[in-house]
Amino acid sequence: MIRPAVIARLAWRESRASRRRLILFASAISVGVAALVAIASFTKNLETSVRRQARELLGGDLVLGSQRPFPAPVASLIDSLERSGHAVARQMRTQSMAYVRGTEGIRLVELRAVNARFPLYGRVLTAPAGQWARLASERVAIVDTALLVALGANIGDTLEIGGRGFPIAAVAVEIPGRVSGMEGFGAQVFIPLRDFGGTGLVTFGSRVQHTAFVQLPDERTSRRVVYGHRGMLERERVHSETAADFQSEVTDALRNLSSFLQFVGLIALLLGGIGVASGVAAFVAGKLDTIAVLRCLGATRPFVFATYLAQAGALGLVGSGAGVLLGVGVQAALPRVLKGVLPLDVRVAIEPAALLEGLGIGLAVALLFALRPLLEVRLVSPLQALRRAYEAEDTGPRRGDPWRVAAFGALAIGVFLIAMGRAQEPRVGVGFAVAIALSVGTLTLAARLAVWLARRLSRPGGVSARWPYVLRQGLANLHRPRNQTRTVITALGFGVTVLATLYLVQANLLKQVSLATLNAGGRANVVFIDVQPDQAAGAEALIREAGLPVIQTVPIVPMRIATVRGVSADSIGHIPLPQRPAPWTMRREFRSTYRDSGTASERLVQGAWWSRRTLPSGPPWPVALEREVADELTVGLGDSITWNVQGVMVPTRVAAIREVDWARFEPNFFAVFASAALEHAPHSMVLLTRADDSGTRARLQRAVSQRYSNVTSYDVALLQRMVERIFSRVALAIRFMAALSLATGALVLLGAVAAGRLQRIREGALLKTLGATRRQLTRILLAEYLALGLLAGLVGTGLSVAGGWAMCHYVFELEYAVPLAPLAAVVAATSVLVGLVGMLASREVFRRTAVEVLRDV
Amino acid sequence: MLTARKLTKVYQSGGRPLTVLKEVSLEVEPGGFLAVIGPSGCGKTTLLGLLAGLDVPTSGSVEIDGRDLGVLTEDARARLRGEKVGFVFQTFQLIATLTAQENVQVPLELQGHGGTGARGHGEESPADRARELLERVGLRGREHHYPAQLSGGEQQRVAIARAFANRPRILFADEPTGNLDHANGGMVISLLEELNRESGTTLVLVTHDPALACRARRTIRLLDGAVVDDTGRAA
Repeated sequence: MIRPAVIARLAWRESRASRRRLILFASAISVGVAALVAIASFTKNLETSVRRQARELLGGDLVLGSQRPFPAPVASLIDSLERSGHAVARQMRTQSMAYVRGTEGIRLVELRAVNARFPLYGRVLTAPAGQWARLASERVAIVDTALLVALGANIGDTLEIGGRGFPIAAVAVEIPGRVSGMEGFGAQVFIPLRDFGGTGLVTFGSRVQHTAFVQLPDERTSRRVVYGHRGMLERERVHSETAADFQSEVTDALRNLSSFLQFVGLIALLLGGIGVASGVAAFVAGKLDTIAVLRCLGATRPFVFATYLAQAGALGLVGSGAGVLLGVGVQAALPRVLKGVLPLDVRVAIEPAALLEGLGIGLAVALLFALRPLLEVRLVSPLQALRRAYEAEDTGPRRGDPWRVAAFGALAIGVFLIAMGRAQEPRVGVGFAVAIALSVGTLTLAARLAVWLARRLSRPGGVSARWPYVLRQGLANLHRPRNQTRTVITALGFGVTVLATLYLVQANLLKQVSLATLNAGGRANVVFIDVQPDQAAGAEALIREAGLPVIQTVPIVPMRIATVRGVSADSIGHIPLPQRPAPWTMRREFRSTYRDSGTASERLVQGAWWSRRTLPSGPPWPVALEREVADELTVGLGDSITWNVQGVMVPTRVAAIREVDWARFEPNFFAVFASAALEHAPHSMVLLTRADDSGTRARLQRAVSQRYSNVTSYDVALLQRMVERIFSRVALAIRFMAALSLATGALVLLGAVAAGRLQRIREGALLKTLGATRRQLTRILLAEYLALGLLAGLVGTGLSVAGGWAMCHYVFELEYAVPLAPLAAVVAATSVLVGLVGMLASREVFRRTAVEVLRDV
Repeated sequence: MLTARKLTKVYQSGGRPLTVLKEVSLEVEPGGFLAVIGPSGCGKTTLLGLLAGLDVPTSGSVEIDGRDLGVLTEDARARLRGEKVGFVFQTFQLIATLTAQENVQVPLELQGHGGTGARGHGEESPADRARELLERVGLRGREHHYPAQLSGGEQQRVAIARAFANRPRILFADEPTGNLDHANGGMVISLLEELNRESGTTLVLVTHDPALACRARRTIRLLDGAVVDDTGRAA
């Protein structure tokens, strides 16, 4: 039995000449470990912060919300809580237009009318300071800074909202529970609750969210209130949430996001592992003589194997250790990077469990990947010390070697276990493992294909035969013996794939809402909503006076579902599952319209529109449902649905199923009724028009708003800005991971260059001997690295085209187009990047003199 | 053709200067055949490196075909080698990623001659030249084999073909038979001699094999970096 100390000592001494190179291989896993550690630690920090600040984020210990004024039983519940000494903050929230007299602009705002107790937890900071309290006693407004800028207004100006003026008292600098950039359509404006009624914003069909924030002593009390009144709250369609509900919801969402990001980090780590494997393989190949000598001197196979395994373990520890440190650094930097995105203060704390986990996973990955190339050392015969060529042919990998099979099995099982450990539940873990296998497999396959292509090109008599020598030599270098081309392409290709997929999805999403698309073909680009029937003629007149067309006038009728196939909404729970409608369809307020034919943004997939001939003279009336909502309702052609239209029951029969293009800037509907069914129901109108110039749009919006203060309008540009904003927030995290993956790729590249260092120096010296100038050497190396980058870029963007298609097709249901120029730029940039890194790493080739070829270094 | 005057080379070894070559002077006439012999570590390879301009002497000078290597930059020396110098190494030193024919083409292509295209002025293309040389060294039909697919003797013959590809004025051979068995070694030496005779190329051979050195027209014996014996005259 060999003592471990002996192995360790020899492993340490034997590594003397190659420590720098070994550290470079190890660094390939550092980035992946850093990503895992940073994400896991920061998620834990976030969870702690959410736990501490849940009440502040939610706004109370218990929050009740309703789309209509609280019905009597709920109102009296709130009143009784308040009477028994619990503070209650109230809020009414809606969208409205706001402008300042004497200026030109107008903006859609998120209006929040609050009582004096708001906010129950935390404080609203204002500038100038201390102005929040004025809301309790004066008719003033406190607004977002962005609104002042947009309207060109100042503190002290009077903001016109609805029919009333509110002097602007201050801007809100910090609002508890608010995620900046996620506030939806407009800037926030706070006004006193008691002045909300005076604005005239509450008209038929307008959407106002009523909220009560209740302060309760503890979670138990909150739960008692909710459970004690659950039936009543459900019946009255009042939404309730306790601080603990909120916390677990947020925590779940965080964990999901975190495990997705860790999944990307894990792939980066595994690609680093592949880098380690190929580095170790090259390292071992350079050690054959040493190993043969060791064997001559009496070292057994297990001893030699253990020595090099010890080196690999040390390498893994160093790499993971560096990764852990880097991860802690990233974790500490994250709150600053995410400032303004996070709604809460995150206290960064070291999470020992996450650090140990990162260290362990890094070490495991390094060992698992090093195992297979290390097995080669067992096959080295002592005879090789005498004559290398003698046995050299026998040292190649042997198929069916049980040790190799075992090493591969250990790798597969290890990766599977790591994936399982990262996931929240086993099902997701299995999914991760499969997805990892697919991603890495696809990348490897694509890399093989690229190398095959390079080889075809540079084969004697191939296409490249007519190319300049330096180019051919560079290309040939890609498949030199023991090349690491596939490894580098795989690792770099992954980073490029993530980055380019993100770009493609973003480009396709934004194209949908880009001004060019939305403005195309005379489509509407301004929408007026909540227009009351008696205001419609006047509003249309204002549009025409501005010289603009009224493209569409659409009636909107709010309603709920009363029965489906004769079963009432309250008792759908009794319907067996496959036929049971989704619960949300029963809770939802549908905003439907009536007309007797289709529009450009929809197409019939089943049934037919009704005509005067087919229309029945009385109920049940025909209704045309959107395909997905019909699926959710589990209804098909001929099924009956009864709608509750402001207390009047309207029986219908499904006559048609429509496919709707929701991405259009036009009102679209889940349910379209026959005109005869709803003509006399209470409704509001939506008017659509189009103006090419944004100034004209703003003037029209302001004119309509001044005459009809309850009417809200949307400019297409607003929608575009909002989508861009939301996307950029989401993209931040993914872009971060893409950058990490690219960094792994670059490190694998550096490792690969280091692994082939001796061979390159020897080859460079040989070429110099044969008369090559530095310039020619430079060109050969440049050709090699540019080609390598080109292949990695092609593999990455190629896979991203497929990935982007899958995302757009299955997730976003968008039309998919591939913008070629930016992708070509990505390929070119990858190529240049690899060229630069490769040349920088190859400086030694130029430094060494030609004489070394004689010495056979 | 080749003139060396008082070549001295000093290496720093462990902080102490180590003189591996002491004031070696020699002259080889065009078409001559010089063998440098001596035990291992005597400075043979260092001398060869200096004569071929692969390294620069600590003092002294080397002239090839009348050009003083001392005043040339590294790149200019490389170009001179490309034009006038050929090499054969003990370990063959073929480029593993290139086929036999491509290896032979390298010196020509480094000079800027096209791949398979014609060289103009009615000259043959590098590919034709390479095929011709490979045929000359008995490797017809092996043009598209990679070095790994060739035996040691065959690899060395490819190396010889490569050495003659640019019609060098002078050829340096460093233990060209050191890694070959007797039969292959003899064949390689005969080839070198034939090509030396046919094309009038000056041959400088480094070896520790006295039998091989006997075939040269002149022999220099090195010991501890100094010339201890010189047959002194062309045969």
